[in-house]
Amino acid sequence: MSSSTTALNESPIRCSSECLLRPGNTNCGGCGMSVSLTMLGRVLNEVGQNCTLVIPACCGIVTAGGYPTTSYNVPVIASTFGSCPAFGSGVAAVRDLNNDPEQVVCWAGDGGTYDIGFATLSAAAERNENLIYICYDNEIYGNTGGQRSSATPAGARTTTSPFGKKENKKDIMSIMAAHRIPYAATLSIAHPEDFKRKLKHALSISGFRFLLAHSPCPTGWKSEPADSVQLVRTAVNGGLFLLYEVYDGLHYKVNAEPDGETDPARYFEMQRRFPEGAMDFDAMRAECRRSFDRLKAMAERFPHEG
Amino acid sequence: MGLELVTGNHAAGYALAAAGEANRSARGTACGIYPITPQTEIVEFVSKYKFTKGRVIPVESEHSAMGVSLGASLAGARSFTASSSNGLAYMFENIMVAGFYRLPIVLTAVNRTLGPPWNIWADQGDTLMLRDFPWLQFYCETNQEVVDSTLLAFRVSEDRRVLLPSLVIMDAFIMSHTQMETDLPAQELVDAYLPTLNLPHQLNHERPTTIGGLAWPQETLSQRVEVDRAMLAVNDVYEECRQEFITIFDRDPGAPIDAFETDDADLILITSGTIASTAREVVRQRRRDGMKIGLIKMKMFRPFPADDLLRACENASRIGVLDRNYAAGMGGVFWHDTKAAFQGQRDNVLIQDYLTGVCGGDVTPAMVNEVIDDLAGRTKAERPMWKGIEA
Repeated sequence: MSSSTTALNESPIRCSSECLLRPGNTNCGGCGMSVSLTMLGRVLNEVGQNCTLVIPACCGIVTAGGYPTTSYNVPVIASTFGSCPAFGSGVAAVRDLNNDPEQVVCWAGDGGTYDIGFATLSAAAERNENLIYICYDNEIYGNTGGQRSSATPAGARTTTSPFGKKENKKDIMSIMAAHRIPYAATLSIAHPEDFKRKLKHALSISGFRFLLAHSPCPTGWKSEPADSVQLVRTAVNGGLFLLYEVYDGLHYKVNAEPDGETDPARYFEMQRRFPEGAMDFDAMRAECRRSFDRLKAMAERFPHEG
Repeated sequence: MGLELVTGNHAAGYALAAAGEANRSARGTACGIYPITPQTEIVEFVSKYKFTKGRVIPVESEHSAMGVSLGASLAGARSFTASSSNGLAYMFENIMVAGFYRLPIVLTAVNRTLGPPWNIWADQGDTLMLRDFPWLQFYCETNQEVVDSTLLAFRVSEDRRVLLPSLVIMDAFIMSHTQMETDLPAQELVDAYLPTLNLPHQLNHERPTTIGGLAWPQETLSQRVEVDRAMLAVNDVYEECRQEFITIFDRDPGAPIDAFETDDADLILITSGTIASTAREVVRQRRRDGMKIGLIKMKMFRPFPADDLLRACENASRIGVLDRNYAAGMGGVFWHDTKAAFQGQRDNVLIQDYLTGVCGGDVTPAMVNEVIDDLAGRTKAERPMWKGIEA
């Protein structure tokens, strides 16, 4: 049994009306975003903090449910699609003027992050606004029924890339790190203790903090809801989704190495969004190795001490 | 402060900053800003202002400028911004949010022709593009009116019976870059006039809600009906805020419409912005020549002051509307709304549209005289007449 499974067993996720994400919401089974929201709520509880969520158009705002009810136990502002970090900047500015203790968390999907909100995100990062930006990346426009985004990996079939996407996924982490923000990190719900530690670190510092969570979406990925955690674990262990942190855009830390046993091809086989036989697995494996080697080289050359 | 020789932009910047500063004992002030000709000096003014409790955030687009102001407003701060022309078009989506989130943000808009082609001169098409959304609109004629309308707009917008954002509007260059003698009121007076903001739906961690999530047709409909109710409340609230303004500043910020010599007028011109200054002089001259003519300056365009208009035009049989705007396929927007106000109330009034100064052309006394002569000789209204096109 892996250590991550043990951690989950030791502290089961108890859902109550006190949770950030309350029970009774309408999210799909196996939704990675729901697990990430629950994690955020737990960590906030542990450190005794509260937050305001700013959410653009994405599944995260549908999660709230229909007016006047809300599935969130914290104040939520629905922003326009491309404006999440702008709304967040305004909230955070007034929070700081008044020395309020609450965190401001922008909670956005990959469409709002990589695509329509990208200029806004870049600008807020450049200004080093005092907020936490969490992108739950399900690699698809999920809310509108599954269209390609610039986070969709090459090969994936979506309704607007029906023959498989030809272009590679945008490397948003490198772009965000290049803004020299205090903290950028990747998160996986298959590594809850690592997830928690990074959230805690993000909550303990100020300035612009960017977190990227690999977020399984059974509806869009055409995968089994029960496989969600296993899928993203396969992505980490197979070297498809690297767990790492970048401090001040300069110092790197690798949090999990590919285990050398997990074949990343398994990740593709567990989902029906990749047309059978369309993937060049050897090229994909080579690319995984290259990406990790590059990251490792950065971490060795420019390590984060501590 | 007191009397100074300042541009319209300076006047607007001063009034916005003073209003923001007046909220320092509450949640303060914060806003997003982005430059565009000819309003840039306004955002420069507020950027260099030393707020006791405030932050002006220079962002990467107008869309985000309003985005920041929306977040700041929901967090309880007094908020504002400024824009023009294509900047307003780019901001459009978030401008709608301010109205529907019932946030009392004040936006100074310097009317500039929408491009392409790229033209920086005065035309009201940019703000009139926003006429169907829950924003109050105040068109100004002098730099003093910009200062006064800005302060008044905050009062009206923040009133619990209204809670809607306001556009305070002036003509590009004719006002924005022209100096006029203007009384810039001392901060103590602004403090006395503007109570600190207490937004009823400010973010609340004790009673968390989701602002702007999904709503079904019936819930959305009640929201629209509430907007309508708030718009209907504006007239009374405006008058209260106007009287209070007179008490504190010893100056009249003006009624929603400014009726000049309309009591016995058979022929009335309706216009807005700086065209009113020229038209008033011409009307004064025509009065001296014995013509029963009057002028109405529309200061408030939203909500549309239909009742005031009908009252002021009681004795008129002909109305000429001078529009510095053109809605494609229809004509002038002020004309269109004026006709709508009269329809079914006084159907026998001849209402003719004159497209004057559209795209920034000068509206001269000679042009206004041509309009009056045309109107006086008419037996029926025709489609809008373009003026100022050189043969």
